[in-house]
Amino acid sequence: MAFFLARRLVQAVLILLGVAAITFLLLYFLPADPAVLIAGRSATPQMVAAIRHELGLDQPLVMQFVHYVGNLLHGDLGRSYTQKTEVLPLILARLPATLILMAAGIVVEVALGLTFGIIAAVRRGGFVDRSVMMLSFVGVSSPQFVVALLLLYVFAATLGWFPMSGFGSARHVVLPALTLGVLGAGWYARMVRSAMIEVLRQDYVRTAHAKGLSGRRVVLGHALPNALLPIIAMVGIDIGQFMSGVVVVEAVYGWPGIGQLAWQAIQQVDVPIIMGVTLVSALAIVLGNLLADFVAPFVDPRIRS
Amino acid sequence: MRVLRELVRRPSALFGLIVVVLVLLAAIFAPWIAHFSPDDQLADGLSLEGAPLPPGSGHLFGTDTLGRDLFARVLFGARTSLIIGLVANGVAVAIGLLVGLLAGYLRGAVGNLLMRFTDLMMAFPALLLAIALAALLKPSLWIVAMVIALVNWVQVARIVYTETRGLVERDFIVAERSLGAGNGRIILLHILPHLMPTAIVWGTLGIATTVLLEATLSFLGIGVQPPQPSWGNIIFESQSYFQDAPWLVFIPGAIILATALSFNLIGDALRDILDPTQRGRL
Repeated sequence: MAFFLARRLVQAVLILLGVAAITFLLLYFLPADPAVLIAGRSATPQMVAAIRHELGLDQPLVMQFVHYVGNLLHGDLGRSYTQKTEVLPLILARLPATLILMAAGIVVEVALGLTFGIIAAVRRGGFVDRSVMMLSFVGVSSPQFVVALLLLYVFAATLGWFPMSGFGSARHVVLPALTLGVLGAGWYARMVRSAMIEVLRQDYVRTAHAKGLSGRRVVLGHALPNALLPIIAMVGIDIGQFMSGVVVVEAVYGWPGIGQLAWQAIQQVDVPIIMGVTLVSALAIVLGNLLADFVAPFVDPRIRS
Repeated sequence: MRVLRELVRRPSALFGLIVVVLVLLAAIFAPWIAHFSPDDQLADGLSLEGAPLPPGSGHLFGTDTLGRDLFARVLFGARTSLIIGLVANGVAVAIGLLVGLLAGYLRGAVGNLLMRFTDLMMAFPALLLAIALAALLKPSLWIVAMVIALVNWVQVARIVYTETRGLVERDFIVAERSLGAGNGRIILLHILPHLMPTAIVWGTLGIATTVLLEATLSFLGIGVQPPQPSWGNIIFESQSYFQDAPWLVFIPGAIILATALSFNLIGDALRDILDPTQRGRL
């Protein structure tokens, strides 16, 4: 068990190193010269050369990579081309807003996904099941930006229940969180449903029914805990989905998080910021997967051996 | 043929097929169907106050903020979206098949390396990686297609890898090898045919993902560049007018949804038909 977790930890570190290598190579093969971008339009060739030297761009590839990883370990994600500041503080300043949004989105996703997934599994094959499955398909097939604009149009512009954009009160969170959560809920409901169907087939569930327990107790008390494992294992992929969604949702709702930071950086081709956000997201995904590995033994004693 | 007959018998898959055929026809015959050119800023395409015209009024879907016929733009946009959907996803499935098959068949150091690389790619959020790539390269139709292919092959590779590993252990492969068949023969004649159902299912489901990703990239301004119309950049161009001219956002939006939904429905039905053991799974 401890061996397994230790191995997963080493794997996570290796994956992060690989992620750093890929972002580094992307930066390296960038058609535009970062030194020229930083120096600005009116720079002389000497100024550009000086900046190249300062950034270490005149050193061999391997040296640059070692330097890059060393910087990452010190929390140095490079400097923004346009804002002339370090990337990490920019990201850290905006992280809380994104975390609030993600937390709210996850609540929506889990609440909708669990409820509909369980109902569909219990009523398998029936009208309710088929409607839930159809709805979940619509959910996963919806372009997030269209859902975001639709919610804005109906609930903000027309009905006036929620503000159009911005940040600050609980009412600001509702629409962005719904947009993020509804899409994920489609996947979640399908996953919960298939996990529950597997479990509901098993003998001990029939025994529980035979003992005369109520349907609710069998489903929620006996079957659900065993169906949770595959759902927890999905948390890494889930975080990945969320990180992607955050860019779109924050761009549409003007939510001041790292997604909006990335979106603004896209408009200005501010590559270090885009890379920084990508790295932070990859870190979140790897940590999410690791967390799932560590939590799994507590949820399911069968893995502990 | 049997597969097609089975598909038509399922109402949801039939719906999907009809929508896909309609979109295909629209894309192929766009120049003959449209009454206007998608790029023409029509003299009578805007109201006297300079606002875009709502649907009806001589223009089926109305006009956009530059006075261009929205129906024509959506028709030609179907070409962009479908080309990217088919090309990007075709390439993604091909890469996924190759990587998964080699890793599953060879195992050892090469197989391990390939799968570790796949794990690595799984750690990137697809959209952000695509954004980073698209921001670095100058986006054009083919670049966008390649970017999408580069982030979408990973899932296929994982599934193909698992299936190949299972197949390699099976008796008929072991028998074939003991009869002296070479690796190439085993892979092409005995393993690849068994992977076809997976390739077909993911070839269909993946188009939905691809169409959505292309629309999202274009919506963020780093996909297909205007004036070449794509469903995503039509919305990108008019998103700030969505309160006054909601049709500019919601007509293309509904079409993106219908197309993605249709490919998902067909893919899901195909999975049921081609692999009964997977019935009702994700």
